[in-house]
Amino acid sequence: MGTGGRPRVIALDSRPRLAAKARIRFDRKTARYLLLYPERGLVLNPTAADIATLCTGEHTVHAIVERLAEKYASQPREQVEREVMSFLATLAERGLMQGEP
Amino acid sequence: MSDEYRPYTLVAELTYRCPLRCVYCSNPVDYGRHTDGLDTADWLRVFREAEELGVVQLHLTGGEPLLRDDLEALIEGARAVDLYTNLITSGIPLSRERLARLRPLGLDNVQVSIQDVAAPSSDRIAGLRAFERKLEVARWVKELGFPLTLNVVLHRENLGHIEEIVALAEALAADRLELANTQYVGWALVNRRALLPTAAQLDEARRASAAAHARLRGKMEVLFVMPDYYSEFPKACMDGWGRRFLVVSPDGLVLPCHAAHTLPGLVFENVKDRPLEAIWRDSPGFNAFRGEAWMPEPCKSCERRAIDFGGCRCQAFYLTRNAAATDPACSLSPDHGLIESARQQALSAPDGGFEYRTPRPAARK
Repeated sequence: MGTGGRPRVIALDSRPRLAAKARIRFDRKTARYLLLYPERGLVLNPTAADIATLCTGEHTVHAIVERLAEKYASQPREQVEREVMSFLATLAERGLMQGEP
Repeated sequence: MSDEYRPYTLVAELTYRCPLRCVYCSNPVDYGRHTDGLDTADWLRVFREAEELGVVQLHLTGGEPLLRDDLEALIEGARAVDLYTNLITSGIPLSRERLARLRPLGLDNVQVSIQDVAAPSSDRIAGLRAFERKLEVARWVKELGFPLTLNVVLHRENLGHIEEIVALAEALAADRLELANTQYVGWALVNRRALLPTAAQLDEARRASAAAHARLRGKMEVLFVMPDYYSEFPKACMDGWGRRFLVVSPDGLVLPCHAAHTLPGLVFENVKDRPLEAIWRDSPGFNAFRGEAWMPEPCKSCERRAIDFGGCRCQAFYLTRNAAATDPACSLSPDHGLIESARQQALSAPDGGFEYRTPRPAARK
């Protein structure tokens, strides 16, 4: 994501984990998942919600891409991978991932 | 009601009592008239009803929320309806043991305020020897696995310390640093002469915090809030009156902001009398400044009217005696001279000291 920071390289074998301050909940009003953190929240589209839910520190980026490619089989795998990378970069940019950015 | 009016955040002011006496406290100047009128069951019902209305964020604040013996039960009840719960505290009085109990109950974030980077200047603003104790609490917060927000209210005495404040926040491993300039309502308006900075001070502070923001991106969120006295246009106060925020006062009044109940002529209702949903939708106080029908010129025809909603109603009232006036902080307001003269005054040293927060109804300036 070109959101003002330096480009981030996310290794396929890293195991992303949401920061302690971030919590996912379902929003009945919009039927979307929200990623909540102090004073703020991100509205997640279905793909982003799937990715965020898998950011538990157990799954590698590679495994997350595999899982989503399976679920969204109608989309080209490269597109799924781009979406995963882009969303993970957004999370890191906002300080919503554990560990060093 | 449409999504235009959906509350996302409930600010639960559990009590106005506080061991600190900060000279810019946002509680009403006459807070002594309001008692802690809601019991545990009342608050738990408010949390449930707020969540049904769409609220996802809960701020437990005051006064000092730690003074409530039932804080544990309130946190547990908030988590039961999946609210993201933030404890906004001075850290006094608190033991490590009590803080440790709050994490498994579901507390999501702890916000600790400090007043400056050293004990003498910090304690002078707080009116209590509290600084060292606050740092200890901030360390416990991180040791116990909570995310930490460090909040510092800025004014002419500490604006020159941004770099030291950032260094302290880094040393404490804060996840978020709020560098929030004083908003001049409530006690801060009483003490405006002693607090309002100059434009030059602000410029330097803004530069220092922008540098920290860039350097710490992804690691610590650094937020700098400009004072509207030095902005061309006013703030979208509370994201617009009765749009995104619900504030419930210690005695149960449902309000669009922390100070709305100090505005004369507005009727606000109590959670003890009616369901929250009905109050949010129908109460005359909430509807008084929703939409654009109430707006005077220059707001009414202004292209920014859906961006800043005419600014702060409380600031308009306290400076012009008319809550429906354009916020004088706006450069287009016919009353903007009031702001310009305050800025002018800030160029010379204050001639008096502070008036500390006390429970006595104080005479308004």
